Amino acid sequence: MSDLAHAPAGAIRDSYMAELRRRRLYGGLALLVFAALMAAGFQTANDRNAGGFLDGLHRIGDYPAMVLSEAWEKRAQLPGKLLEYLPDLVETLNIAAVSTLAGAMAGTVLAFLSIPGLAPWPRAVPLFRRLMDLMRAIPEIVIALMLIFVLGGGPVPAVIAIAFHTAGALGKLFSEVAENADAKPVEGLASVGAAWGQRMALGVLPQVAPNFLSYALLRFEINVRASAILGFVGAGGIGYELKNAMSWGPGRFGDAAAIFLLLFGAIVAFDQLSGHVRRRLVEGSRT
Amino acid sequence: MTAVDAGDLRASASRLFRRKQLAGFGLLAGVVLYLAYAAFAFDIAGLLGRARWENAVVLASDSWSYKTHVERQHRSGEIEIAIEGERRGTYPPGQAPDWIGLGDMVTVNLGHGATARLLPGNVTELEIPGYGSARLALEGRNISNDFGGVLPAWVSASDKRVMVTLPGARVTMTPARTEIFRYFFGWDLFWFTLDSPYFGHGTGEILFGPRLDPARGNIAGAAHDWWTNAVWHHKDVAWAICETILMAFLGTFGAALAALPLAFLAARNFTPVWLVRGLFRRVFDFIRGVDSLIWTIVLARAFGPGPLTGALAILVTDTGTFGKVFSEALENIDGKQVEGIRSTGANALQRARFGVLPQIVPVLASQVLYFLESNTRSATIIGAITGGGIGLLLTQAMQTQKDWEEVAYYIVLIVLMVMAMDWLSGKLRAALIGRGSGH
Repeated sequence: MSDLAHAPAGAIRDSYMAELRRRRLYGGLALLVFAALMAAGFQTANDRNAGGFLDGLHRIGDYPAMVLSEAWEKRAQLPGKLLEYLPDLVETLNIAAVSTLAGAMAGTVLAFLSIPGLAPWPRAVPLFRRLMDLMRAIPEIVIALMLIFVLGGGPVPAVIAIAFHTAGALGKLFSEVAENADAKPVEGLASVGAAWGQRMALGVLPQVAPNFLSYALLRFEINVRASAILGFVGAGGIGYELKNAMSWGPGRFGDAAAIFLLLFGAIVAFDQLSGHVRRRLVEGSRT
Repeated sequence: MTAVDAGDLRASASRLFRRKQLAGFGLLAGVVLYLAYAAFAFDIAGLLGRARWENAVVLASDSWSYKTHVERQHRSGEIEIAIEGERRGTYPPGQAPDWIGLGDMVTVNLGHGATARLLPGNVTELEIPGYGSARLALEGRNISNDFGGVLPAWVSASDKRVMVTLPGARVTMTPARTEIFRYFFGWDLFWFTLDSPYFGHGTGEILFGPRLDPARGNIAGAAHDWWTNAVWHHKDVAWAICETILMAFLGTFGAALAALPLAFLAARNFTPVWLVRGLFRRVFDFIRGVDSLIWTIVLARAFGPGPLTGALAILVTDTGTFGKVFSEALENIDGKQVEGIRSTGANALQRARFGVLPQIVPVLASQVLYFLESNTRSATIIGAITGGGIGLLLTQAMQTQKDWEEVAYYIVLIVLMVMAMDWLSGKLRAALIGRGSGH
């Protein structure tokens, strides 16, 4: 510091400018590398695609226009179609709800097993953490396809696949929340001889329930989308009907439009609802 | 405090307790009722009846083992040895693995001390430890055996078909042919196919041993033969993994680039006109609501199957998400820094570059990197729908319903890929946040 105080202002400015120039050079280089990667990646993807980007760009509206025009011609049937596919939407929502419930329960147990201070077997904590990493890393489609081979198509493979992934994802988030929980209630319960399950259920869970619920609701939103996608590969629900209507082509675009509408409405409605509930939960836990 | 007060307090406390208890049990009962309804709606009972558990056994055993077929045609006497019975895994005539002795009499070591001998005249002799020997023969159009009246549990026999199931092997004789399967642990031909000179040689032999193929060096030759393996297609699989990562990369960062300028238009402090702001917010909501599944379908119609379609589907969906997240981040910035830049006479673009971006870049970049990992998983699923990347290979291998070892291989690769991306995004996030706080 004393060196700087005696140094002439020009030297300070020079060293600052040099620093700035170096910073800008690195930043610029990083930006350049990033831009080059993006361009090269785009080029590669474009080359390996069946249709090119520029060829396809003007056709982007064709399919929606086709679907919409046919749906408009048959607009009188639309309410009937919406009713017809409502049970499939309910199935998709049920898949999401059951898998979120099951995943949240399993995730809660996994979370408590993987917190050093709370786990009944502290030595097994890294094991459960790796297990959760693995469960999160397996995409739902992998488990769903294998279970479809064994169990046949239908909602159950989708439920198990989504619940498996959800347990890993929620387990990680839950363990981060529960790590910061107050240890005093747990000690109090331990002093009166409560078993591990009782300590967790009565000592920790009440503290973290709002946050757990908030994460579970967010996961439910994600799982509604996931169950629609899994339906598309044969696991039942509205995705399956959408695939059927789509592969039929013209003539059933009225059905496709009805399914699009139902799915869109359900996703937006549940996003809004869960967003509202989550805001209330978080605000409630703050006060 | 008087005794009456304490009594009141206790009464009100126990009322509260009872209400909470009731609420707790009510919630539990609600969950149980809902799950019961779901079990009914999903037709669990019917599903258990329809389930094909033998498929699960096939899937489980086939994913970590392979079998070699030894087959004799009774009419011609021809003997064929093939791994998994595949054409590409067939041994050339006169060649066999070391557990098979060729000659007039073909001796097949079945493992666990059991041996099968294919004798001339379509006779098969079996040596089975703990039982003794058995003789199967084709007589006229029937199969005779000398197991006697009471068959051991591991034999099923009729005039037209005798099947002997041993640990790790199976012998089947029908009037047309004799088939011997022997099961081995591992993935067949994973490194080299039978036509490669390196097949059956160990790592040490290839690295340090004499030249196996005079035309090329051992390491280069082995690498080439492995890379172009016609059964496992290592080259195509590597490309597929790259395609999936490419989809996630292009989609995520493309979406971030597209959403950044749009987010300014949806943030309250940068766009005071509520009509514009509301319009952009509704656009973001709409894009997110349509969902990646529908975007994938619509884009696949325009661009055809391939990685570009998948990348664009992720890009479009995430533009909606990022637009919302970014605009919320923009609304939470500190206005003083922007004021300071404004006081130097900077225009709107300069204020955004020097006043706003430095504040939000660490937050946004961390969000974007977080999505990179989750989009790698999405890209696997989207690839299965649009026909690109490792997702496509996985669904194709599953649809054939026989190459379960390939399915297992792809699953391992997918899990490793997602974990690698998770690790990478975590590292980058940590570096970014460290640098951000260092300012």
